[in-house]
Amino acid sequence: MTVWEKLRPYGMVAPSIVIFSMFFIYPIFYMIYLSFYDWNFISPTKTFVGLQNFKDLLLDEDFRKVLSNTTVYTLLTVTLTTVLSLLLALWLNRKGFFHAFVQGAIFSPHIISLVSISLLWSWLMDPEYGLLNWVIGLFGFDKLQWLSHPGTALVSLVIVAVWKGLGYNTLVFIAGLQSIPSDIFEAAALDQSKPWTTFRRIILPMLSPTIFFLVIINMIGSFQVFETIAIMTQGGPVNSTNTLVYYIYENGFRFFKIGYASAAGVILLAIVGALTIIYFRLLSSRVHYR
Amino acid sequence: MATIELINISKKYKDETIIADLNLTIKDGSFTVLVGPSGCGKSTTLRMIAGLEQITGGEIRIDGKRVNETAPGHRDVAMVFQNYALYPTMTVRGNIEFGLKNRGIAKRERDTLVADIAEIVGLAPLLDRKPQQLSGGQRQRVALARAMVKKPKVFILDEPLSNLDAKLRNQMRTELIQLHKRLGTTFVYVTHDQVEAMSMGDEIVVMNKGLIQQADSPMNLYYDPANLFTAQFIGTPAMNVLDTRDVSGLMLQSESTVSHIGFRPERAQIEAGQQLDGFRISGEVMTRESLGAENIYQIKAASGVFFVKTFLEPLYEAPALSVVVPYEQLYCFGPDGKRLAGVKVQERQLAMAGGV
Repeated sequence: MTVWEKLRPYGMVAPSIVIFSMFFIYPIFYMIYLSFYDWNFISPTKTFVGLQNFKDLLLDEDFRKVLSNTTVYTLLTVTLTTVLSLLLALWLNRKGFFHAFVQGAIFSPHIISLVSISLLWSWLMDPEYGLLNWVIGLFGFDKLQWLSHPGTALVSLVIVAVWKGLGYNTLVFIAGLQSIPSDIFEAAALDQSKPWTTFRRIILPMLSPTIFFLVIINMIGSFQVFETIAIMTQGGPVNSTNTLVYYIYENGFRFFKIGYASAAGVILLAIVGALTIIYFRLLSSRVHYR
Repeated sequence: MATIELINISKKYKDETIIADLNLTIKDGSFTVLVGPSGCGKSTTLRMIAGLEQITGGEIRIDGKRVNETAPGHRDVAMVFQNYALYPTMTVRGNIEFGLKNRGIAKRERDTLVADIAEIVGLAPLLDRKPQQLSGGQRQRVALARAMVKKPKVFILDEPLSNLDAKLRNQMRTELIQLHKRLGTTFVYVTHDQVEAMSMGDEIVVMNKGLIQQADSPMNLYYDPANLFTAQFIGTPAMNVLDTRDVSGLMLQSESTVSHIGFRPERAQIEAGQQLDGFRISGEVMTRESLGAENIYQIKAASGVFFVKTFLEPLYEAPALSVVVPYEQLYCFGPDGKRLAGVKVQERQLAMAGGV
């Protein structure tokens, strides 16, 4: 083997390795490094403070609020998206123009940029002129404050996230449903299986890899929610919608507390990393595969 | 146990007619095999009996009761699918008892039934495994056990052996025959393999293009085919068929036109000499297949290519062979493919005019 033949594979993967290292590996390590320092982005000196940033974070009431906001947001978004999209998929999993149309319609939010979606929903949820309040007014209900009230703001953001995620999740569920061979349903029909039994004993177990995949992907995505918050609420009112990534952004790029923000980033990394590890662990052991 | 009656059954998919006006009675306790080339409607017929396919017209009766509107699960029919259709997330036990659970049978009774069936099909040590941990033959047994445990009136089997290797297939074939004897239930079996059909069925329904070509016992199908299709479908190799216009040396006396004559490869005798009276045909040997007990020759004559099969005879090495088919072993068919009875076959005298 010539030297060239030996080196060729490395040469081939080098560009992607370089890009990956520059934009993924290096920033991660740099963030971990910065989390041990006190730095304001501008001053030439960084002061080593050890674990002080982490200590401050865990004692900071705002940070605890942020963590709980993020967790509530994630749990609500993931649960609602998964359940609703599974129901939609069960309904849409058949041929016909109408079903194809609905499938396309609910998928369309997925391809629209989150900034546009945020602006659209800000208008829909406007307490004075918004369409939503007009609609609920038609039914005789009181107007809601939506994004302007601490009690409803987070849920309003969950509604936007579910609306955006529904199409993609439904599509993946439909693909999962279609991968179940039809003769299994026929066998179930001959076994006198009622629809609910078929769903619980056959469809749900066979969809478990799909459900698991979507839950984890949605969790990771929800933990990193940023755009809707930055545009629609800026974390308010009174911190009721402040989440982890928005908190990192505010501390890092508005208050220039880089070390502090990096420490929060490390915590986010740990949470998402843990979720990913759980995902692969469970995938290999608990979830059914044919 | 039940008789199945199909009365004027038709099946259409949109504009395409799969089956038009099919009439068939499947006898109580019989092992009936529906056989035919792919796309002949045999599987559709089977699925209509099971209720998995809606019928467009006609009536299906099981045990004298009209079942057109009865759901598949309530027809007292059990089915074994080509790909087994086992529930992959359930254990073998779960698969077998699923139907029983749905019928609300108590756990203790279920356990006894499952244990009994598992013993019969030899699955007892595998009850807690998942289907993907089983071999093809074992999965097949699970599918059978799942069907048997419900004690149905009718067993429906849709090409159940086609996914098994040749050796296992032969073994399962015998086991199915024994099973049928033991249960005495009506079996309806679909296959495209005529060997499987002949060896298993006591009643065979040959189908083509949505029409029943012949429904008869295996022996009658072989000795007394009703038409060209059945004649050529049953038998290995198939019956040799020659166009009468290409054949010389034969005189056929019949009331209607004879368009084809046929003979079974195993009825032709090689190098029989002058003492045997019959239809003589000779040609160049194209291939020889020697299988030990039997040899198959493919011979190219002026009137067409035909096969000859011999049993326990030495292999003829000559480049050209002459064969004799006794006159009574010739089958005559009309232009519409129907078998013609009462055709008198004679050697054509050189001086005589007429005939074919």
